[in-house]
Amino acid sequence: MSQQASVGEVVRVASPARTVRQRSANGAAYTMLVPWLVGFFGLTAIPMVASLYLSFTDYSLLAPPEWVGADNYAYMFNGDYRFWPSLTVTAFYVFVSVPLATVVALAVAVGLNRKMRGIGILRSVYYLPSLLGGSVAIAIMWRELFDKNGLVNLVLSWFGIDGPAWLALPQTAPWTLVFLHAWQFGAPMVIFLAALKQIPSDLYEAAELDGANRVQVFFTITLPLITPIVFFNVVMQMITSFQAFTPAFVISNGTGAPLDSTLFYTLYLYIEGFGNFRMGYAAALAWVLLAIIAGLTALAFATARFWVFNPDD
Amino acid sequence: MPAVLVLGALLMVYPLLWMFSSSLKPEDEIFRNLSLIPQALTFQNYPKGWTFFNVPFSLYFINSFVIAAIAIVGNLLSCTITAYVFARLRFRWRNLWFSLMLLGLMLPHHVTIIPQYIMFNNAHLVNTILPLVLPKFLAVDSFFVFLMVQFIRSIPRELDEAATMDGAGPFRVFVDIILPLCTPALVTVSIFTFVWTWNDFFSQLLYLTSGDKLTVPLALRMLNSSTGEATSTWGILFAMSCLSIIPLLAIFFFFQRRLVEGIATTGLKG
Repeated sequence: MSQQASVGEVVRVASPARTVRQRSANGAAYTMLVPWLVGFFGLTAIPMVASLYLSFTDYSLLAPPEWVGADNYAYMFNGDYRFWPSLTVTAFYVFVSVPLATVVALAVAVGLNRKMRGIGILRSVYYLPSLLGGSVAIAIMWRELFDKNGLVNLVLSWFGIDGPAWLALPQTAPWTLVFLHAWQFGAPMVIFLAALKQIPSDLYEAAELDGANRVQVFFTITLPLITPIVFFNVVMQMITSFQAFTPAFVISNGTGAPLDSTLFYTLYLYIEGFGNFRMGYAAALAWVLLAIIAGLTALAFATARFWVFNPDD
Repeated sequence: MPAVLVLGALLMVYPLLWMFSSSLKPEDEIFRNLSLIPQALTFQNYPKGWTFFNVPFSLYFINSFVIAAIAIVGNLLSCTITAYVFARLRFRWRNLWFSLMLLGLMLPHHVTIIPQYIMFNNAHLVNTILPLVLPKFLAVDSFFVFLMVQFIRSIPRELDEAATMDGAGPFRVFVDIILPLCTPALVTVSIFTFVWTWNDFFSQLLYLTSGDKLTVPLALRMLNSSTGEATSTWGILFAMSCLSIIPLLAIFFFFQRRLVEGIATTGLKG
């Protein structure tokens, strides 16, 4: 029976025989899709509904959830003195580090996009921090780099600059997290490199014949052609950096100190949900995070037609 | 230009080299001598760190490896079969399910983590590895499903059609034809699953609480919070941090081409 399934795809005639065949194909497909369906409903769809419900309740794991209407959301925006600092520092982190990492990734990718001995080794070295960067070990290393007596301040002292205790000051602590993100530009760089190799070389040859210099070539040929990749990298990085957790947790020992200046949004969510066991409030925080990410992604897509190259135009 | 690139590359790895050299320095030298070459070379930090807690550090490595290994098996089984269904079979509401799967790529998992935690807590599974590995058998990592779908679509359809003509059902086609041809993609999925599981901190922090269940990141975190101005255990902290990234470095040296290809073709974050 099932051997007819692929024929049934082509012959789009409604007949009793086809219906039977189609039903059997459906059965086979859905049987194999069971693990995913269980995961989708059990771990994604139903928990999403549940967390939306919980966000309108008080819930501490010990007593049943208690309906409080929109209180959690009202408190978040009007009463919670830690919510705005955590949102602000996260937004600062995203909006500074994502453009920074993207620009560096593109610049290095353009530099590496050449035939030269040892270029593969260079590419790997630039990529390495991206692979290690999410680990606790690297966050620990970062904490020591920016210690009052750490490597960064030593280098600054060569130039006569007396570096601050970076992690003790609310003005400088968020910057260390930005630098940590920027250091991990390897993955977007690799994506840029792949895109740069796709650009037809006759475009460059034509520009060369016209006497364009390298800067002109970059801004008139390279950059416009890879705007779709810039867009992709920026959106994907934005989504993941809003969810950054490990570096802020490690650098501040899970507190968001000093003065909540490293209190990333997800760290605050963790503290509320799993430190204070205010699960209803943490669920509300999660839904606001989803709304922010979805809103910004939609905004990115809405503005895309003004600056992202579309070959069909 | 190449000189700048080389200099930049050095700048990129310098912090790593500094951490490694610091792990070989005595405690009082770490912040006094910032040169890469220790004045008084010592290997003491490694055995001291290894036995710092009640249980040896090897236990944390074993715990981390076990979770990563099971996660790899789970992802290989569940993501490939799901991807095969989406890539090859025609069935009712396929596009709807496929769109929902793709939406999962962008969904921040914080929206589901609280009910999931409550669920695992009610099932008395907190402080076991099940909340960390069970989801992998249910194809929850949409990135890998997507990667495999892309890969399977590139396999010529004539191969499965020939098998279908010979009377093989969809499952036989999957096992006999598609799966063997997927080896390169399976390697990529395994590598990335390993790296992500090895680096995972958030969910391990949530679900693993007792001392003998801890993984490498959790043990490092404990070491980190017990290290401060008062107690000087920097050398130990650096030594264990260096050890913890060795498996990642091994992956990097043996599979860097696959890593780079995987990122370049799917936009997976490394």
